[in-house]
Amino acid sequence: MKFESQQVAKPYFIFALVLFAGQIIFGLIMGMQYINGDALFPHIPFNVARMVHTNLLIVWLLFGFMGAAFYLVPEESETELFSPKLAMITFWVFAAAGVATILGYLLVPYAELAHLTRNDLWPTMGREFLEQPTITKLGIVVVVLAFIFNIGMTILRGRKTVISLILITGLIGLAVFFLFAFYNPVNLVLDKFFWWWVVHLWVEGVWELIMGAILAFVLIKVTGVDREYIEKWLYLIVALALISGLIGMGHHYYWIGPPEYWLWLGSFFSALEPIPFFMMMLYAFDVIRKRRITPNNTMPATWALGTAVMAFLGAGVWGFLHTLAPVNYYTHGSQITAAHGHLAFFGAYAMIVMAIISYAMPILRGREDGNPPEAQKVERVAFWLMCISMIGITLALTAAGVWQVSMQRLPETGATGFMDVQTQLNPVYWIRLLFGTMFAFGLVAYFASFFISGKGEKSKAA
Amino acid sequence: MSERITKSMARNIYFGGSLFFFLFLVGLTVDTLSQLPERDNRELITESVALGKEVWEHNNCIGCHSLMGEGAYYAPELANVFNRRGNSDEKTFKQYLSVWMSIQPLQTPGRRKMPQFNLTDKEVTGLADFLIWTSRIDDNDWPPNIEG
Repeated sequence: MKFESQQVAKPYFIFALVLFAGQIIFGLIMGMQYINGDALFPHIPFNVARMVHTNLLIVWLLFGFMGAAFYLVPEESETELFSPKLAMITFWVFAAAGVATILGYLLVPYAELAHLTRNDLWPTMGREFLEQPTITKLGIVVVVLAFIFNIGMTILRGRKTVISLILITGLIGLAVFFLFAFYNPVNLVLDKFFWWWVVHLWVEGVWELIMGAILAFVLIKVTGVDREYIEKWLYLIVALALISGLIGMGHHYYWIGPPEYWLWLGSFFSALEPIPFFMMMLYAFDVIRKRRITPNNTMPATWALGTAVMAFLGAGVWGFLHTLAPVNYYTHGSQITAAHGHLAFFGAYAMIVMAIISYAMPILRGREDGNPPEAQKVERVAFWLMCISMIGITLALTAAGVWQVSMQRLPETGATGFMDVQTQLNPVYWIRLLFGTMFAFGLVAYFASFFISGKGEKSKAA
Repeated sequence: MSERITKSMARNIYFGGSLFFFLFLVGLTVDTLSQLPERDNRELITESVALGKEVWEHNNCIGCHSLMGEGAYYAPELANVFNRRGNSDEKTFKQYLSVWMSIQPLQTPGRRKMPQFNLTDKEVTGLADFLIWTSRIDDNDWPPNIEG
């Protein structure tokens, strides 16, 4: 570790992984409820489980991004963090707000939570992914602003690299577009139109900048390849991500009220969205091939290649599958969407956070040479278990989606109703649950890898 | 390809390209906002429709259902439920919805369950008005058929 203040990243990473575990538990609960509607009802209704599952995902990724920024920005800027103390305050405030919100979801009916938090004063709740009480949303704004201030001041007083620049642009974009979460007009069409300014412009926009910056940092560290070369690629990738993704938002505007020209614009530009992910994959392999150093810790390079490949598959290929308007007319809001969502989020964002954790965490724990080989072996098993399981989940949901579309959407007369179709899909949902369980085993192995110490290390510790 | 592109060219593509397309997006947004009143029939948003949207949000309906294809995929699409269950008749739909909400959760074993939300008559009417208004938005003829 080059700077003492990088240590603040550690609690962010640990807490991110704790929330990740929670996300998977609620994923499994929903996997059961898809098959048996009585499971855990009425204690945990499906909507509550889903809200916990998706909100935990978003929050653990944010903790991961913040940890990544606190780790890499001092090193890039060649200076201590502006305020480690502020970083710890934002950690505790964010963690407390997150836990309180999740407990709120679980302990009281949602309508009661809306009432208790006075949602009527400034209604923002009850919209997908933005279910948090308004007070929590305000808390998120305060935390993110304090965080960006801390990171921004660090960059300003130190060396300014392309990686820091792209990262802070992504973070500022994240903060700015989140403000649309506070706009919830009575007109549903306007509500939906600007809801996407948070959701799409996050995950198909500024988050790609954050991902690109973290990936570039990890690649420089584990390969020793020339920074100039990596930074040029980074610029091109994030450029194409925004050029395709900004108007690519049109693929969400097909069927929610906006005019017909979005069918053309959305189809054309979102069809380009796989290109930056394809480039990211080419460049990750290219940089690894050109490597000048071979660190003892081999796992970060594996995660870096893994995230590039899985993001291309999930966001690129599975996104393209249903992005063209004539296809999307039939697949919109089907299990195909769920398949794409799972692989894209895992490949692009969960795995990039695990890539930086795999690189940084051993160093933060005083293992400058990386984890012992025994631990790396378990981490590698976890990597493959999680990747294969997620591909299994995705294929099962894709099969479910194709089946659903063919029975419920394609027939012009005599289409099967939603509930009947879902019952018939049960065999595929069993396969999904099986892979979900396998994913959970992968996660357990991943956690276990943190607690395995090497032979030499034990004697040193003693 | 990448050999011929220098880092400063790449930077210019990034700044120029993203600025251009962001401004393009803002322009399109302005145009869309000017066309929306024709398509969303906002003059038909009554107090009851507004109450319905509040009921919709306060009970996190989107956590199981989809509305115009967005939301969760656990329970049926509701943007056209007025046509599907109400036969596109307001009175029929309101009667249907009032009964339907009052008998939840259905006791069929294994069936996906909708909780009992204990809505007042006024709230159920609002919800119905909200779903009726939603069904009339010009959404380029989605969904493909009545099953949603």
